[in-house]
Amino acid sequence: MQLFTVICVQSIASYLATCAFGIIFNIPFKPLLHGGLIGMIGWLIYFFLFQNTGSDLLATFAASLVIAMMSQVAARLWKNPVTLYSVSGIIPLVPGGLSYSVMSRAVDNNYDIAIYFAEKVFVLSGAIAMGLVLAEVIYQLVQKIKEMVPQKTGKRIFLSKK
Amino acid sequence: MGILKNIEREVETMDGFLNDHQMMNSREVFLHEVATVCVLAGKILLQNGAETFRVEDTMNRIANSFAVHEAQSFVTPTGIIFSIENHDVTQLVRIRDRATNLRKVTEVNTLSRQVAQGEINLRTLHRELSRVNRSTVAYSVPLQIFAAAVASSSFLLMFLGQWHDVLPAFIAGGAGQAGMIYFHKLSKAKFFSEFMSSVIIGGIALVSIKTGFGFQIDKIIIGAVMPLVPGVPIANAVKDIMAGDLVAGLSKSAEAGLTAFAIGIGVTAALVFN
Repeated sequence: MQLFTVICVQSIASYLATCAFGIIFNIPFKPLLHGGLIGMIGWLIYFFLFQNTGSDLLATFAASLVIAMMSQVAARLWKNPVTLYSVSGIIPLVPGGLSYSVMSRAVDNNYDIAIYFAEKVFVLSGAIAMGLVLAEVIYQLVQKIKEMVPQKTGKRIFLSKK
Repeated sequence: MGILKNIEREVETMDGFLNDHQMMNSREVFLHEVATVCVLAGKILLQNGAETFRVEDTMNRIANSFAVHEAQSFVTPTGIIFSIENHDVTQLVRIRDRATNLRKVTEVNTLSRQVAQGEINLRTLHRELSRVNRSTVAYSVPLQIFAAAVASSSFLLMFLGQWHDVLPAFIAGGAGQAGMIYFHKLSKAKFFSEFMSSVIIGGIALVSIKTGFGFQIDKIIIGAVMPLVPGVPIANAVKDIMAGDLVAGLSKSAEAGLTAFAIGIGVTAALVFN
């Protein structure tokens, strides 16, 4: 029962947060709602992977990969830029709170903690970027395979045998 | 004597824009027009938060769809250089203000798609791009403030804050975004609006703790500064570096770092009164 409550609260909160960010970024209305859904799924993946494995690096990478892949599909489906769907989805994953902590610790003279957090920010944003790039590569590979399959069974093989 | 005659002839021929055009053949004029349109599209994209890679790609695509295949572009966050090889066509645009307005990015994307399919011609494209450049269609300011407030309290819940802290985060987030919009109008100085609005957020969080409304000041502050922190610029910077746009990536990460710095100092300045 408690798990159910947690899931409900997390889904609603992440959907609202993603859509609200879309409004701040001035995303048109329809992509806003779709993007909210993508952000919600991404956040749930992050949340439960992080709760169960304790590795924020893995959770961030997996969530950003899924968000980016869904954004690629959504962008082709509704003919909009990919950024529209991925930008507000990755906002909860981006270590924004952490990068704030870096600076507030540094201002408090806690440099060793600040550097530890800064390293973490760098690694996590690297993980997000890896997820985004990997999704793009996977999409291109799928396109390539799709192009190649008819060639194998179609005219090309006939020509090459000749 | 020969030199003088040359100068006279040049003065005669270069006395106006029209004459200048008559000297060039129509191909050159066409290339200039294509370059102008491409640079305008790139400028809109870059000013409104598209990635470096997308800006270059869109400009080259537009040039390609007008059968100009020798286009080269170099994009950094502060400027665009666009040139067409083997012709004396080069344009340079300086970009000073950058914001995130993905509606304009979407519209430019739609236009470039239409051009690639041959649905609109050069003249229409130029007119439409100018319209997009001038357009001020956006969600209203109260709605933006409300959105930031909702985002802040949602982030508080997502980061496992307590239910009591939702209201302080809501107020602090909304006030932070309102301050951001107001101070940005007041002064275009970089990092000033971020600094001032994080002072406001820190102040509200502190007051809520002192009056007994809020409990965890860290969670409230982190939730409320989320609309301000440069989350997307950080991710985009790393993505740019990975894509090979080294200059753009490094300058973006410097900007993001300074923004985070301004926010950190602002909040700490407010917490001095703790």
